[in-house]
Amino acid sequence: MDTQGEIWEVFIQSKPGLAHKHVGNVHAMGKEMALQNARDLYTRRKEGTCIWVVKHQDIVSSVPDDDGSFFEPSNDKIYRAATYYEIPEGAKHI
Amino acid sequence: MIREVKTEEELLEIFNAKISDGIKIEPKDWMPEDYRKHLQRQMSQHAHSEIIGMQPEGNWILRAPTLRAKVILLAKVQDEAGHGLYLYSASETLGKSRDEYIHELQTGKAKYSSIFNYPTLSWADIGAVGWLVDGAAIVNQVSLQRTSYGPYSRAMVRICKEESFHQRQGYEIMARLAQGTPEQKEMAQDALNRFWWPSLMMFGPHDADSPRSGNAMKWKIKLESNDELRQSFIDKTVQQAEVIGLTIPDPDLKWNEERGHYDFGEINWDEFWNVVKGNGPCNKQRIDHHTKAHEEGAWVREAANAYAKKNN
Repeated sequence: MDTQGEIWEVFIQSKPGLAHKHVGNVHAMGKEMALQNARDLYTRRKEGTCIWVVKHQDIVSSVPDDDGSFFEPSNDKIYRAATYYEIPEGAKHI
Repeated sequence: MIREVKTEEELLEIFNAKISDGIKIEPKDWMPEDYRKHLQRQMSQHAHSEIIGMQPEGNWILRAPTLRAKVILLAKVQDEAGHGLYLYSASETLGKSRDEYIHELQTGKAKYSSIFNYPTLSWADIGAVGWLVDGAAIVNQVSLQRTSYGPYSRAMVRICKEESFHQRQGYEIMARLAQGTPEQKEMAQDALNRFWWPSLMMFGPHDADSPRSGNAMKWKIKLESNDELRQSFIDKTVQQAEVIGLTIPDPDLKWNEERGHYDFGEINWDEFWNVVKGNGPCNKQRIDHHTKAHEEGAWVREAANAYAKKNN
């Protein structure tokens, strides 16, 4: 069985001040190659100022479908939203 | 935290509701097996097309007429490799490895776009490929940006951003040849003559003869039908040919005021199916070349893996 190397997820910061954003992945043998492959594949047109690569297998993800209850706690705390509060008529800048 | 176990019926209901509300399906979401299979087939075929598509164009890199033309073509072919990789990445989220996809390509189980089984005989063909083949691909891919599977949709957005350079560089080649000597213009016309009909075939069979289209439309994998996309490509392209003084090789091509579209002649579907079945001019050559390059690169992958292991 041939091998294409491990999968590395790629995150790119498009300019200083912005968060790194997931853009896809690359196959690579080792972290230097992962970084170089990510540069060649995802920044051919000056798309970024910084790249992160993370081994796919090291990412822990929640499971969207069979676990709706995972995000349940946020549903019954509507007082966390600014729109929950009554503001007296005429109050400004709040 | 209580985990509720949903029945397959309930899961299907959630899936269908997402599709009808336009909410994207993501890799970890439950999806019907047929939806997964359809995407694996369509997305890997799309990926293979980008990769095999490098061959007819790569054929002219060393013979490009100027240094400018050469660097442009190199950049374009590199983009095609990139597009193939975006699509393999997206396809892998469906639970099949890149090795498996490549194996399916090399053993003929998976297909790629038939257009790449035609040879590029002259420099003008590089113009025709960029203008027509990439032009047709853009029409299809712009529509696919809204496809229901998240990773596929994101790959399409990325690809569409890069693709318009491809079409414009091809059109520029055609325009220059068309304005050149009579021989150069003839070369451009000849390329258009050979690539026009195969480009129309890229959209696939008529809707009535396209057995898988029903499900693809129902699941919003495809948002417009083969015939709608083909019509849209023809309507755009006719004017572009007129501007550079070339003639579309279809005596039945005529503006239909009532429909608001061009009418056009019947496609030679026998030729289409013949090429799909493997009997086009270059089918064997394309796969042989891919397999050879893959096998000759095996030692590089082995060495890189050994090096990575040693350094871990």
